[in-house]
Amino acid sequence: MKNVYLTIVFAPLLGAIIAGFFGKKLGNKITHNITILFVLISTLMSFYVFNHHVLNQGEVFNQNIYTWMQIGNLDISVGFLVDNLTSIMLVVVSFVSLMVHIYTIGYMHGDEGYTRFFSYISLFTFAMFMLVISNNFMQLFFGWEAVGLVSYLLIGFWHHKESAVQANLKAFLVNRVGDFGFLLGIALILSFSGSLDYAQVFSQLDGMINQQLWGLDLISVACLLLFVGAMGKSAQVPLHVWLPGSMEGPTPISALIHAATMVTAGIFMVSRMSPMFELSDVALTVVMIVGAITALFMGLLGIVQNDIKKIVAYSTLSQLGYMTVALGVSAYSIAIFHLVTHAFFKALLFLAAGSIIVALHHNQDIRKMGGLRKKMPITYWTSLIATLALVGFPGFSGFYSKDMIIEAVHFSQLPYANFAYFAVVLGVFITAFYSFRMLFIVFHGESRLDSDTQKHVRESPLSITFPLVVLAIPSFIIGFLIIEPILFTGWLDNAISVNKDHVAMAELKNLFDSPISMIVHSLQTPPFWFMLGGVIVAWMLCLYRVKWANFLQRKFKAIHYMLDSLYGFDRFNQIVFVDGIKKISNILWKVSDMSLIDKIIVNGAARLTGLTGSIMRNIQTGYIYHYAFFMICSLLIILAWVVIKI
Amino acid sequence: MEQILLSLLIWLPILGGVAVILIGNSSLALARWASIFIAVVVFIMSIKLYTGFDNSTYMMQFVEQTQWISFFNINYHIGVDGISMPLIILTTFSTVLIIIAGWEVIKKQNAHYMAAFLMMEGLIIGVFSSLDAILFYVFWEASLIPMLLIIGIWGGDNRVYAAIKFFLYTFLGSVCMLIALIYMYNKSGSFSILNMHNLGITATEQAWIFWAFFIAFAVKVPMFPVHTWLPDAHVQAPTGGSVILAAIMLKMGGYGFLRFSLPITPDASLEFSNIIIILSLIAIIYIAFIALVQRDMKKLIAYSSISHMGFVTLGIFALFLAYKPNSAEAALLGLNGAMVQMISHGFISAAMFFIVGVLYDRLHSREIATYGGVINSMPKFTGFAVLFAMANAGLPATSGFVGEFMVILGVLQANIWYAVLAAITLILGAAYTLWMVKRVFFGAITNNEVKTLQDINTREFFILAILALAVLIMGIYPQPVIETINISVENLLQQALNSKL
Repeated sequence: MKNVYLTIVFAPLLGAIIAGFFGKKLGNKITHNITILFVLISTLMSFYVFNHHVLNQGEVFNQNIYTWMQIGNLDISVGFLVDNLTSIMLVVVSFVSLMVHIYTIGYMHGDEGYTRFFSYISLFTFAMFMLVISNNFMQLFFGWEAVGLVSYLLIGFWHHKESAVQANLKAFLVNRVGDFGFLLGIALILSFSGSLDYAQVFSQLDGMINQQLWGLDLISVACLLLFVGAMGKSAQVPLHVWLPGSMEGPTPISALIHAATMVTAGIFMVSRMSPMFELSDVALTVVMIVGAITALFMGLLGIVQNDIKKIVAYSTLSQLGYMTVALGVSAYSIAIFHLVTHAFFKALLFLAAGSIIVALHHNQDIRKMGGLRKKMPITYWTSLIATLALVGFPGFSGFYSKDMIIEAVHFSQLPYANFAYFAVVLGVFITAFYSFRMLFIVFHGESRLDSDTQKHVRESPLSITFPLVVLAIPSFIIGFLIIEPILFTGWLDNAISVNKDHVAMAELKNLFDSPISMIVHSLQTPPFWFMLGGVIVAWMLCLYRVKWANFLQRKFKAIHYMLDSLYGFDRFNQIVFVDGIKKISNILWKVSDMSLIDKIIVNGAARLTGLTGSIMRNIQTGYIYHYAFFMICSLLIILAWVVIKI
Repeated sequence: MEQILLSLLIWLPILGGVAVILIGNSSLALARWASIFIAVVVFIMSIKLYTGFDNSTYMMQFVEQTQWISFFNINYHIGVDGISMPLIILTTFSTVLIIIAGWEVIKKQNAHYMAAFLMMEGLIIGVFSSLDAILFYVFWEASLIPMLLIIGIWGGDNRVYAAIKFFLYTFLGSVCMLIALIYMYNKSGSFSILNMHNLGITATEQAWIFWAFFIAFAVKVPMFPVHTWLPDAHVQAPTGGSVILAAIMLKMGGYGFLRFSLPITPDASLEFSNIIIILSLIAIIYIAFIALVQRDMKKLIAYSSISHMGFVTLGIFALFLAYKPNSAEAALLGLNGAMVQMISHGFISAAMFFIVGVLYDRLHSREIATYGGVINSMPKFTGFAVLFAMANAGLPATSGFVGEFMVILGVLQANIWYAVLAAITLILGAAYTLWMVKRVFFGAITNNEVKTLQDINTREFFILAILALAVLIMGIYPQPVIETINISVENLLQQALNSKL
C-alpha cells in the first residue's frame, strides 16, 4: 500500500512542477490535461484507499518514509499515518480538488496566468495531502505552512490588484500568529514526550497529567497552544479576519482552499489530537466557546454583506464555528462529518457563485443581480441544493451533520455549554436567513442587471456546470449515506478517542435510530422551526416586502453599523497592530538604534577619540623646551610622590 | 593531495588572486576567466573535504602541522572538524557565485575586484581551519583587508565612512581577542587552540577571557548592541561584498563562540549565558521591529540578518539551561540548530542580497518606494524573490525553517519564555519580508522605469537557481548536514559542560 499512498501524495506535486516550469511551453490545454490527470490518479487511488481502510477495515498504516533529522535519540521523520480519518480526508480533498481543477478550465479561461493557476492548485493539493497523511508534528507543520503559502500565492493571484496583495499579506500574517502558538505547542509537546511522532506522543500522555505550567496543567497549555494554530487556519474569532479578505482570490480557490479543505485543517488537527484534548476540559471548553462565538457572530455578518463571495465566506466562518463547537463537546466524529458534508455543499455554493460571477463579467454585487433563475437553470438548481444543505433542510446532507452538532452540544456537560447551545440554535435561524436572502436576491425577483449584461447572460459552459452537478449529488445524499457509520458504527474508532466522562456521543448513540427517523423527529425540534423561520423572514424581506428591510435597517441603525463595520476587528487591528507596531518600530529605529546606539555611543566614541586627539595635539608643540618643562614637572611630581610614600 | 588539501584551499585562491591582478593588467577577459576557473577549482576541491570526511569522529581531520615561528612556539597548524568543514564549503560555494555575479556588473577595476574576493576566500578558509591561535588571528585580521577594500573601492556614495567604521569596529573587537590569546600563551606556553581547550583556568580568568572573546565575536555576528556597523557596511558594499559579509563573515563570529568561548571558558559561558541569551532575544525581536520600517532594501535585509543571527547565539548559549543529564537532545537541538542556521543563513542572505543586487543593477536604487509591480516585467525573477522571501520567513521545506525550528524546540526546554520570545520571529520575520515583497514586486506599476525592466539573464538565473536548490535541498533533507556536524557538536557539548574549576 505504501506505493499507493506515495502516488496519491506526489502525483499532484509532479503535476504542479510540470505546470509551473513548463506550462507556458506546453500550452494551456496540455497543462490542464496533465494536472487534471495527476489529480484524477490521486482521486481514484484515494477511493481505493478509502475502500481498503474504511469499508474493508484495512490495517492502519503508520510508517516513516525517510529520516528528516536525527539528533541523539530524537528521530524526526517524514512519515505517513493512514487510518480511517486520513482516508476520509484523502477522498474529500482529492475529490473536491478534482472538481475544482475541472471547473478552473472554464473559470480561468483566457486568463494570463492560466497555467500558473493550475500549478498552484495542484501544489495545494499536494500540501494538503502532506498535512492529512502526516504521522508526526514536523510534517504536520510543513503541510500547515505549505497550504498557507499556496493560499498566499492564490489570494494574491491577480497581483496587480492592490486589494488582492493586501489581502494575501494579511492572510499570511494572521495565520502566522496562529502558527506562533502552534509551533510553541509542538515544542512543548516535544519537551514532555521527547518525540514528535503522534503515536509516541500519545503513549506518553499518562505520565504528563499532573505537571503544571502557567497555573494550568501542561496538557491544557499544549492543547491551547495547538488550538491557537487551529484558530488561525480555521479562521476562528479573533483570528478570522483574514478569511473574508481571501475572497480576493479567484473563485475556484475560494471553493477549494477557503471553504472545503485548508480552512478545515484546524478541525482535522484537533480531531487528530483527540487523545490529548480529551485530557483537558479547560482546553475543550475554550474550543467550544470560541467555536460558538464564531458560529453565531460571523453568521450575523453574513446578513449585511452584498458581495456574493463575502456572504459565502461569512457562512464558511460560521460553519467552521459549528465544527469547532463540535470539537469542544468531544464530538470529533461529528465535526469530521460536518467537515465532509460542508466540503461538498460549500464548494458547490462557491463554484455556483463563481458561475454567476463569470456569467456577469465579474460583477459580485448581489444588488446588481436578480432573476437569474431562468437564465442559469443548472446554476440555480445546484445552488438551491447547496443552500438547502447549508441551512440544514431535513434530508439534505448538512441537515444530518448540523443537527447532530446541536444535539451533541445539548448533551454536553462542559461549563458554558448552555451558551454554546444557544449560539448554535440561533445560528440556524441566521444561516437560513442569510443563505436564502442571497438565493432570493440573486435568482428570484426582478432582474437588476444592466441591459447590456442582460442580453448576454447565459448558463456557464460544461466545464463549469459539470462540477456543479457532480458536487450536487454528495451535497444532497452524503449525509444520509454516511451518518450511521461515521458517527456510530465505528468508521473513526481507530483515529479518535473520547473520554468516558464526555457523554455527548454516547447519549447520541442511544438516541439514534435511522436517518429517516431523524427527519421525522427533527420536525418537532427547535432547529427545524428556526430554520424555517429564517427562510420565511428572508422571503419577506427580500421578495415579499423589500421596504421592510430598509425600514429595519433605518430602525436598527446602530446594529447595522456594527455589523457593517464587522464589529470593528479590522479597524482595531489596523490601529493597534499595524499602525501601532509601525510607530513603535520607527521609534526604536530612529531613537534607539540610530541616535542612541549609533550616533551617541558608537560615533560618539569615535568623536571622543578625535576630540582627545585634537586636545592632545596641542601638547605636541615640537618645541624642545616645552617637552623639557613637562619632563621636569613630571619628575618632580613622581619624586614628591615617592618621598611622601616613604 | 589529501595531506595538503587544506593548504591548497587556503593558498590557491590567495596566490590566484595575485595572479589575477597581474593578468588583469594586460587582459581583463583572461583575468575574469582565470578567476572563475580558480573559484570553481577551489570549490570542487573543497567538496573533497566532504566526501573524504569521517563522520564518526570529532577529531580534527586533514590536519597539517609545521613550525612557523619556533621562538614563540607558533605553528602552521590547520585541520577541520564537523563545525568548520561545512563553513569552508559554504565559503568556496559563495565565492563561485560572487565571481559570476560580478562578471559584467562591476565596471571599475574588474580584475582587482575578482582578485579581492579570491584572496578573501583563502583568508576566510584560513580562519575556519586554523588550529593555532596566532595563525587564526592573522587570518582573522587579514580577512578584514580585502573587505575594507571592497567596500572602500567598489562601494556606494558613503563608502569611506562605512569602510572605516567596519574596519575599526571589528578591529577593536579582535584586539581584545589577541590579548586573551597571549594571556593564555603566557600560561601554557602554547598557541595551540586544542591545547587551550584543555587549559585549566580559574573562574576570574575565564570571565576576563570570555568577555575579551565576546567583544571580538559579538561584533562580528553582530549581536545587539554592537550591530550598527552592519547596516552601514551592507548598504555601501557592492552586491558581492554584501553577500560575502552576510553569508560568510558573520559566521566567523558564530564560529568563534563555538571554537573558543565554549570550550576554553565553559564556566564563564555558563555564568554569563543568560546575558548572551537576552542579547540574542533582543536581536531577534528588537531588530525585527526595526527591519519592519526600513525603506532601503539592503538595510532591511541587513537588519534581518542580525535578527536571524540572533538564533545562532541563542541556540549556542541555551545549551546550559536546556541540557538535562538523562537527555541531551534539547541542548543538541540548540547547538546543531545554531550550526544549521549559520549555513542556511549563508544561502538565504546571499540570495536576498543578490535579489537586491539584480534590481540595483537595473535601476540604481535600493529604495523600496522606487519599485512596485516588478512581477509584471520580471516574472521569473519574482518567482525566485518570493521563494527566498519565504525562506527568510522560515517556511518549512526551506533551509530557513530548519535552524529556527531546531533552536526553538531546544530553547523551549531551557526556558519556555525564551522560546515564546524567539517564536515571535515567525510573525515579525514574515511581516518585514513579505511586506517588502508586496511593495517591491506586487501591486500596480507606479514607476515607469519598472515597466522597462528586463527579466533576469542566464547568468543571474544560474546564480539564483543554484541558491534555490541549496535552500530547498537543505530544507527537505537536512539529515546529511546534521550527520556531518553532529559528532563534533556532541563533543563540543561535553566540553562546554565539563567544568574547568
